[in-house]
Amino acid sequence: MSHSETNALEIRGLWKTYGNGRQALNGIDLTVRPGDFFALLGPNGAGKSTTIGIVTGLVNKTAGSIRVYGHDTDTALEAAKAEIGLVPQEINFSQFEPVIDIVVNQAGYYGIDRPLARERAEKYLKKLGLWERRHDRSRTLSGGLKRRLMIARALAHEPRLLILDEPTAGVDIELRRSMWDFLREMNRAGTTIILTTHYLEEAETLCRDIAIIDDGDIIENTSMKKLIARLNTETFVLDLGSPITAAPVIDGYRFRLVDPSTLEVEVNKALGMNALFRHLSEMGIEVQSLRNKANRLEELFIHLLDRNNGSDAPA
Amino acid sequence: MPRPSPRFHRYLVAYKTIVVKEVTRFARIWLQTILPAGVSMSLYFIVFGHLIGPRIGEIAGYPYIQYIAPGLIMMSVIMNAYANVVSSFFGSKFQRHIEEMLVAPIPSAIILAGFVTGGMVRGLLVGTVVTAVALLFTELSAHSYAVVVATIVLTSVLFSLGGLINGIFAQSFDDTSIIPTFVLSPLTYLGGVFYSIELLPPVWRSVSLANPVLYMVDAFRFGILGVSDVPIALAFAVIVGCIAVLWCWSLYLLNRGVGIRS
Repeated sequence: MSHSETNALEIRGLWKTYGNGRQALNGIDLTVRPGDFFALLGPNGAGKSTTIGIVTGLVNKTAGSIRVYGHDTDTALEAAKAEIGLVPQEINFSQFEPVIDIVVNQAGYYGIDRPLARERAEKYLKKLGLWERRHDRSRTLSGGLKRRLMIARALAHEPRLLILDEPTAGVDIELRRSMWDFLREMNRAGTTIILTTHYLEEAETLCRDIAIIDDGDIIENTSMKKLIARLNTETFVLDLGSPITAAPVIDGYRFRLVDPSTLEVEVNKALGMNALFRHLSEMGIEVQSLRNKANRLEELFIHLLDRNNGSDAPA
Repeated sequence: MPRPSPRFHRYLVAYKTIVVKEVTRFARIWLQTILPAGVSMSLYFIVFGHLIGPRIGEIAGYPYIQYIAPGLIMMSVIMNAYANVVSSFFGSKFQRHIEEMLVAPIPSAIILAGFVTGGMVRGLLVGTVVTAVALLFTELSAHSYAVVVATIVLTSVLFSLGGLINGIFAQSFDDTSIIPTFVLSPLTYLGGVFYSIELLPPVWRSVSLANPVLYMVDAFRFGILGVSDVPIALAFAVIVGCIAVLWCWSLYLLNRGVGIRS
């Protein structure tokens, strides 16, 4: 395999048992292609952060192998680490250091000389809107700016693989959107990105490929398009022109009256919307507007978790 | 001159980065890290040197204040080298910014050397401040500069390593003060800082010889005054031996990720 074809990340048979006996990973396999924007989803405690911790050297594995751009972490750990930039879930920089020192020092840990480290710090602090605050102590930054600082720090050595563990948790919508734009730009420029998130909309909007992890097992690993295509129902919320007293009954559709002027309907893709509107019109129900009830990925995500846990929920 | 290999250069830059970070850290809070030793040593010199010293008379042919000066300097070096590394390393664990180094391609030996150098620099700086304070109260001249420098550097390295091991095992801020309070202080006060072990009964003299701090204080005193209770070669053998043991232990703990990796 040529260098350009080498996978950004290859995980094979990765096991992790913590000292207290908790089994966090059950021999997972995962492949992330170079240039990908990859989502790793899962509920709390599923094994996302453990996987990332092992890949980045923060957690000791129990068994298995990891290759980062072809570098095996057992035999070429330093080369593998040099390829990775990590934005962790928790704030983990010194609260007493000035912003610029945090980025410059991180570059230094990767062997980058001071002058170049300062150039990099300026480049990424400007891109992330932190340059004006460069001499401020990091503890004076807001939560959102602290997360941006962690991104700037992770990029100081210009890694080919950027891993973000819940980067937008607790960040307001405006800041979240601007971070999305920045990450898209990084990905377009060639950086492979792996993202864990609780915001399924985030994964659906940004990522091309996805893996879902639950209870230490990868229960799904496919492209976002293929995953979304599997959904055969979608739920819509209809705002009615005049109030009704009971939910209508039409074969093939499931209705729920939220309030006299709001109706929820689960639509099977095979039946489509035209027939629905025709039936409603025949019944004298006037629809003023409609919108998607929930994120589509969220529905599928919950279904997959239910299936993994033995429930029998319909797709 | 041949260029260093890329790997060596990378390690060197990482090492310098850790040292600069460590020195910047304690320099930023110099009121807590540098000045207190100067103040407390002034009090020691006033109380033990000027007020009580003249009543004690001479030890080994030197006025008491001159006899205790090397021990007081060494005590400051020991305490500060240890305190610097234990607080810095535990702080980096507590705030989790040790992870900045753990994710980077740096071998444990470089992380260890960086923290130890930071502790050593603070030890030497405080030693210089305390020496300047001592010179306000008594005359001091070096019997052997080589012994003075070697002793103070090696001792600060040794106690920096001790501080790092304490920092690795510490799980709370309380844990960082247990060893200095209950182990380090007694060993230092009973390590011949204020007296010659020749003054002790034979049994306690033999017990004192098991205290490694005695060898450091006496080696330093030999460097300044030219007198020592123990052979100077033995003193250096003990110091270097202790450094070798603590260095290997620290490296083993860091490589295993004890206290820093789950």
